[in-house]
Amino acid sequence: MARACPFRPAAGLREIQDGERVRRVRIWNGRPAWLVTGYDEVRAVLADASISSNTDHPSFPHDSAGSAARRRITKTFIHMDDPEHARLRRLVTRDFAVRRIDALRPRIQRMADRLIDDLLAGPAPADLLDALARPLPSLVICELLGVPYEDRHLFHPNTNVNVSWKATPEQARTAQREMLDYLGSLVDQKRVEPTDDIVSRLVQEQVLPGHLSRDELVWMLEVLLVAGHETTANMITLGVLALLRHPPALEEVRDTDDPNVVANTVEELLRVLTVAHKGRRRVALADLEIAGQRIERGDAVIAALDVANHDPTVFETPSRLDIRREGPHHIAFGYGIHQCLGQALARVELQVVVPTVLRRMPALELAVDFDELRFKDASVAYGVESLPVSW
Amino acid sequence: MRVEAERDECIGAGQCVLAAPGLFDQDDTAGLVVVLTREVPPSMIDAAREAADSCPAQAIRLHGESERSDDG
Repeated sequence: MARACPFRPAAGLREIQDGERVRRVRIWNGRPAWLVTGYDEVRAVLADASISSNTDHPSFPHDSAGSAARRRITKTFIHMDDPEHARLRRLVTRDFAVRRIDALRPRIQRMADRLIDDLLAGPAPADLLDALARPLPSLVICELLGVPYEDRHLFHPNTNVNVSWKATPEQARTAQREMLDYLGSLVDQKRVEPTDDIVSRLVQEQVLPGHLSRDELVWMLEVLLVAGHETTANMITLGVLALLRHPPALEEVRDTDDPNVVANTVEELLRVLTVAHKGRRRVALADLEIAGQRIERGDAVIAALDVANHDPTVFETPSRLDIRREGPHHIAFGYGIHQCLGQALARVELQVVVPTVLRRMPALELAVDFDELRFKDASVAYGVESLPVSW
Repeated sequence: MRVEAERDECIGAGQCVLAAPGLFDQDDTAGLVVVLTREVPPSMIDAAREAADSCPAQAIRLHGESERSDDG
């Protein structure tokens, strides 16, 4: 569904929310699902022990034909239940722990500054998405994982096709196979030439002793490499855009030396924007009741994070960007055992990049009319196709 | 108020560390929850409740008077 305004969920979903908090819908292939839109209800569903993320289930509500095709090639912990999910996710949990990621701040700051140096040295107007928002999360995750950033031409075009709802099953399969081949050869290289990174550690500690297969590692790498690219890049661009349209908030973030002001702003941007807008997909393994609605074993469930983050019974005037907002935490990163593994990294990247852009480019402005911006309604992660800026 | 964390249920999201850094940490080996002090100082009670509420795995249990009614 297209958003009429980029800072609130699609109108169709809002109407649903104003009425029922759990309601029956039909998805792209005509099959039924329960659409859950209330904040409390989304949390309850995602935390329920009877709710499954297993894409092998015949009722699983895939979000597109391309997505369904990809699930048949690879299976990662994202689409598994416990204990298989925990076994795989726990191999990398320590790498994304809050304090471990916090220690990356100086490095992330340097990367952001170098990218902005290049941007400022080049012509105006320039595309902030291309010059900063896409490269930064890519540089960071490549370094963490041990994937050479200079090989990104091998996985960036694939990433784009991969994450578009409009990809045909054939396109999605081809793109994915090429990326998996590349990652496989990288894993083989790390067997003989280990370096100080996540891939090398997993090869040495898990694959070589036989705890993890080469395929399992390659599939996991694909997820870790792809998951944070478009989501974080889109948050950076939409976050800067949102602040450009809210000058008092922009000035406060730009001029503050209080890290809490920055952190609270990032949380509020995460809530308002909720770029992971395709709805968390699940299947009920047992009967359960949510908001008085009985959901039966085998039913498909879709939890709309974006609508839940705009629940007016929880967030007063929900579409208003209020960087001093208090109260419940947003669920932009989801809830339950599958809550985003990379959330600490996303937070630090946003906390570093957004104020840095504002401070180093104090005359930053949109180089086109707001109405000329093209928003990516069909993408897995909501965002803007480009953000032309001048300074 | 006393606090416990169910390590078996923990997914290492670290929301408890963000909400109450004096009460929780994540271990180096697996990134799972470590409770730094079982007895919650009065000044940290609100933070403890926030940590319990924000834990995506609902792995944090609060016990004792003035804990929330759905503590476990």
